[in-house]
Amino acid sequence: MHIVVCIKQVPDSAQIRVHPVTNTIMRQGVPTIINPYDLFSLEAALAIRDEHGGTVTVLSMGPPMAADSLRRALSIGADRAVLLTDRFFAGSDTLATSYALATAITKIASDQPVDMVFCGKQTIDGDTAQVGPGIARRLGFHQLTYVESVETIDRARRTVIVRRRAEGGVQVLRSELPCMVTMLEGSAVVRRGSMADALRAARADVTTWSAKDAGIEDISQCGLRGSPTVVRKVFAPQPRKEKAVLIEASAHDPVHMAEATIDTLFAALPGLNAELHAAAAR
Amino acid sequence: MIEKFDAIVVGAGPSGNAAAYTLAKGGLSVLQIERGEYPGSKNVQGAILYADMLERIIPEFRDEAPLERHIIEQRLWMLDEHSHMGTHFRSDVFNEAKPNRYTIVRAQFDRWFSRKVKEAGATVVCETTVTGLLRDPAGRVYGLTTDREGGEVHADVVILADGVNSLIAERAGLRPKVRPEHVALAVKEMHFLPREVIDQRFGLKENEGVVIEMAGTITAGMAGTGFLYTNGESISVGVGCLVSDFKENGTSPYVLLDRMKRHPSIAPLIADSEVKEYAAHLIPEGGYDAIPAIHGDGWMIVGDSGQFVNAMHREGSNLAMTTGRVAAETVLELRSTGKHMTAHNLSVYRKKLEASFVMKDLKKYRRLPSTLHDNKQFFTDYPRLLARAAETWFRVDGVEKKQKEREMVGSFFKSRGLRGLISDAFKVARAWR
Repeated sequence: MHIVVCIKQVPDSAQIRVHPVTNTIMRQGVPTIINPYDLFSLEAALAIRDEHGGTVTVLSMGPPMAADSLRRALSIGADRAVLLTDRFFAGSDTLATSYALATAITKIASDQPVDMVFCGKQTIDGDTAQVGPGIARRLGFHQLTYVESVETIDRARRTVIVRRRAEGGVQVLRSELPCMVTMLEGSAVVRRGSMADALRAARADVTTWSAKDAGIEDISQCGLRGSPTVVRKVFAPQPRKEKAVLIEASAHDPVHMAEATIDTLFAALPGLNAELHAAAAR
Repeated sequence: MIEKFDAIVVGAGPSGNAAAYTLAKGGLSVLQIERGEYPGSKNVQGAILYADMLERIIPEFRDEAPLERHIIEQRLWMLDEHSHMGTHFRSDVFNEAKPNRYTIVRAQFDRWFSRKVKEAGATVVCETTVTGLLRDPAGRVYGLTTDREGGEVHADVVILADGVNSLIAERAGLRPKVRPEHVALAVKEMHFLPREVIDQRFGLKENEGVVIEMAGTITAGMAGTGFLYTNGESISVGVGCLVSDFKENGTSPYVLLDRMKRHPSIAPLIADSEVKEYAAHLIPEGGYDAIPAIHGDGWMIVGDSGQFVNAMHREGSNLAMTTGRVAAETVLELRSTGKHMTAHNLSVYRKKLEASFVMKDLKKYRRLPSTLHDNKQFFTDYPRLLARAAETWFRVDGVEKKQKEREMVGSFFKSRGLRGLISDAFKVARAWR
């Protein structure tokens, strides 16, 4: 099995800041992480490799510093890392990104055929969930989106069975290989690589490809030029007008504290008692 | 297969980075292990960078390192509840080609430093916690274990740069547990403001910066200090006191900081700012007498882990870098002469530090920690007395000047008594000498 896992380096949303004037995300100085959903796909890919043997290649497109995220993926256990980095890629929307990644995967497959491509459900900075399906379409792979777990792989028949979370329930789907899977958070815990993995990652040279290295001939499909998406306006949501109210209640034990809090609450909202009774009567 | 390195450095703070960089530059195979997600992710400091000690390690750092502002003005404030009095020293001389002090943001600075360590050839592994030292029957340290699977690694020498608590050294019995009266707990906030606003409030231009060190009633009768540093687009405000005092006093650090921020002398400096970061850190302040054994068979201790902080002068990261460098240089010298990393041979490290400013400065103030701990009047009575005296002196109210002088002197005698005043003066002189 040769599995390619696409990962993206994203700003840590827990520490993100929005520029007060331009309303864009301030990436400078904000720590970066691997998009969390991508980590679940990496774990799923490594689990398949452990069971069936093979290679896991991690692929990312981004600035040179994205190599840090690839190195981290290696320390978790991936075998090989490729970074697509080129000024031609700057300003890519999902269409241009899926073009660049799909072309790079084709190039990777020329050394060793690719059986599966994994992506996260979506990134936490773009939230589009379009790049995975875009890659599948361009490569002509079957696509399995919103997958919570990969159940079984039949290597002889070249099929895979996955559980896909859908509205109203869970679908169990069988697909032929090669296929593209986008992973939800799932239930698997992302592993910690061994000391050997950590040392290998620290010493690894991340393969860096320019657009040309990746086999991209048509630059006009890359970056800003290849991106039909136009951002008209970016704005931050208005903070809510209602402010939280601090309810002060003092008592020594939890029971009296709760009672005191409820009393204060009813005192502050005179209509609440009647409303609750009315609701109970219905 | 268990890998073996010439040296392993535990921790990627200033001391660990200085050691790993120097060792790698010297051509040794070096493994550096950091428990944080990336170097700097766990590191907290005020933070002032003293250029000289870094320059000795990376001479061209000014061209590359992320620096915030160079310091042109130092203010020392003594505060009571309503006032501050003190000294300002501001000089255009500090606008020199190679400034001496900078404010830095550690998360960024440490990443740069770590990049230099990697470029020098060290293998840096993050998100890995060292769980213990490996020692042979004779007690010689020959490696360590980590929390990763297959986590054993070996080395000729292990340099512990794992910070103030140094749990590894403590667990291995190389060092006693840190005592509450030997560590301060400091908290700080980063207040973000536009660069122009900071420039205006402090009268600055072009990356000039101001440092304010404070003492007085802001620490609520505990031994400690406060600080305010200007960064590029933020102001760091913090306060720290001895852990033992917090314990006795029952006050929590954030309550102290909250009150300090509302002080009439400080509030206007940080007005309208947005707090984006909050951090807390333990600072070893036990001084010379709290320094544990810092070397043995196959191991050395550097930086905070060895209590290398000059609390009086707010120096720490520079001592960390210096001890890290000197430890590494000791290893390189022993290697080049074919000597083993025995306790006897590594004692050169301690001798070098004793001969340097590191130990000499710490020795000079060895009495200070206990003097301040036992004499809280320096943080309560004196700031109030000085503030009242200044207020009396400057207020023009028809009271004759001789009368004012009598009141001022009288207030000191009334509060401390003749014996108290003489004894306090003697204590300060003795601790300072």
